[in-house]
Amino acid sequence: MGIKQRMSGNEAVAYAMKQINPDVMPAFPITPSTELPQFVSSYIANGEMDTEFIPVESEHSAMSAAIGAEAAGARTMTATSSAGLALMWEMLYVAASNRLPIALALVNRALSGPLNINCEHSDSMGARDSGWIQIYAEDNQEAYDNFIQAYRIAEHKDVMLPIMICQDGFIISHGVSNIELLEDEAVKAFVGEYNPKHFLLNENEPMAVGPYAVSCYGMESKRAHAQAMINAGRVILDVAAEFEKISGKKYGFFEAYRLEDAEIAIVAIGSACGTTKDAVDLLRAEGKKAGLLKVRVFRPFPGKELAGALRNCRAVAILDRCESFSANGGPLAAELSAALYQAKGQAEVLKIVYGLNGRDYTVEDARQVFADLEEIAANGNRDGQEYRYIGLRE
Amino acid sequence: MKHLTEIRWHGRGGQGAKTAALLLADIAFGIGKYVQGFPEYGPERMGAPVTAYDRISDSAIRVHSNIYEPDFVVVVDDTLLHSVDVTAGLSPNGALLINTEKGKDEILPLLKGYKGAVYTINARKVCMETLGKYFPNMPMLSALVRISGILEKDVFFREMEASLKHKFEKKPEVFAGNKKALEAAFDAVEQISFAADGKRVEIADRRVA
Repeated sequence: MGIKQRMSGNEAVAYAMKQINPDVMPAFPITPSTELPQFVSSYIANGEMDTEFIPVESEHSAMSAAIGAEAAGARTMTATSSAGLALMWEMLYVAASNRLPIALALVNRALSGPLNINCEHSDSMGARDSGWIQIYAEDNQEAYDNFIQAYRIAEHKDVMLPIMICQDGFIISHGVSNIELLEDEAVKAFVGEYNPKHFLLNENEPMAVGPYAVSCYGMESKRAHAQAMINAGRVILDVAAEFEKISGKKYGFFEAYRLEDAEIAIVAIGSACGTTKDAVDLLRAEGKKAGLLKVRVFRPFPGKELAGALRNCRAVAILDRCESFSANGGPLAAELSAALYQAKGQAEVLKIVYGLNGRDYTVEDARQVFADLEEIAANGNRDGQEYRYIGLRE
Repeated sequence: MKHLTEIRWHGRGGQGAKTAALLLADIAFGIGKYVQGFPEYGPERMGAPVTAYDRISDSAIRVHSNIYEPDFVVVVDDTLLHSVDVTAGLSPNGALLINTEKGKDEILPLLKGYKGAVYTINARKVCMETLGKYFPNMPMLSALVRISGILEKDVFFREMEASLKHKFEKKPEVFAGNKKALEAAFDAVEQISFAADGKRVEIADRRVA
């Protein structure tokens, strides 16, 4: 049923954007996501899309325009990376708290400094508490598939939240590889029309968007927002199940790779998971019980489910392509460690930072992590150092 | 059981190493292979060293790291031989292809004792005679196909013709020049060093991946 093609991650997501053909796209270019507004502009110029493209003067304006368009009742998308997301910061919270289901294609890149254009998850991880849904991709296929599912999740009546569809900058966004695309009609039928219940341009229902909330109401608003994020979990799984029917591809909160009987496991997000799978296969061929837990959904955080998937492991390494400067490991490690504690997990945990500023993560790096896990599974964490780096030059 | 071929390209910004790597991935995809073609970005400016990579395989490719033990290395600019360790990790069973006007006596001492086959091509000459301009990436791609056997010659020319025709639809003269450059480059490759075991690895004997 799929159309076999070869595309970069950016081409793949732009293609999904074309097939969905949302109403409005305000965007400002920034490496490595620049190609997204560029490809969309070409599609529009060629008459293949009729999205209203708004060139704006900054990312703050891009998100502001997206908020205005979405509030008016238009299906809206944008794209950015790194400092672009940082400049949107104030408006990210406004979009989420006003419950505007904007889709943002994020091409993950390091925040300064040092000034660097390469992959890191520090941009989206910094925005993890802004109230947006966050879904990550291992490769171009997943970036495409996730974007197709985005609006069904975001616009669901029990959710109504903006969504970030993340892919690894350059590694995925600029790497060309094989992909299976869906037919235009299948995508259109799956995504459907956007019919918001409340919208500013509805003359029969005058309303205000984003007014001041006094203390008697503000907290209830936040609680409703939190409930929407809780609801998003069920909706993400329902949409994935429907997506499987049209694509044959199975998605959930995570992918468990050779994890069922694994004694040692790596937990990671993004393209590092593909590389880790190759390392898992090498170790399995040597008779070692290694596995991978790939986190696809980070917001909402499926803590119980992730902890459940790791229940049989004796030692687990949680990898972050992001430094929190907490002196205690990265965000995935912090949240998953807490979930493991809640689940009364017995596994030894390593919190590992890798791949900063585009530092390559290799099969050999993964093997090194597994070697450390084997040692810890056998003898305990003797030096007591849970928070470590991999791939750092001596 | 190795069905994976890995290629590393070294060039300078503006010479088209990335474009050539992506084009090779494109063509290998066209004949049913699993492919990866990707650049490694450093500072983006004309003249800075650029690295690009290809993986071509019969099965799905999951690894997302750079290539450290390539089967083939292509050097698009011989001035890089002084500053970049182009043979790092290069398989002695593979080959090195260098674009240069220099002879064997000048080139071989720069290769840090690499034990595999070494080929050269004067892509500038090929370009000036066919395109009238120096764009070395197409000749280098053609020469790589010649020395590596990763694609059958006629398949490569057929696919390139389709790809170039599409790319230069509105500039037929550019297409014609590029086609000539590809053909001339295929015949302009010289082998300047043989594998250390003394066995000459005949180009025609290389298994098509």
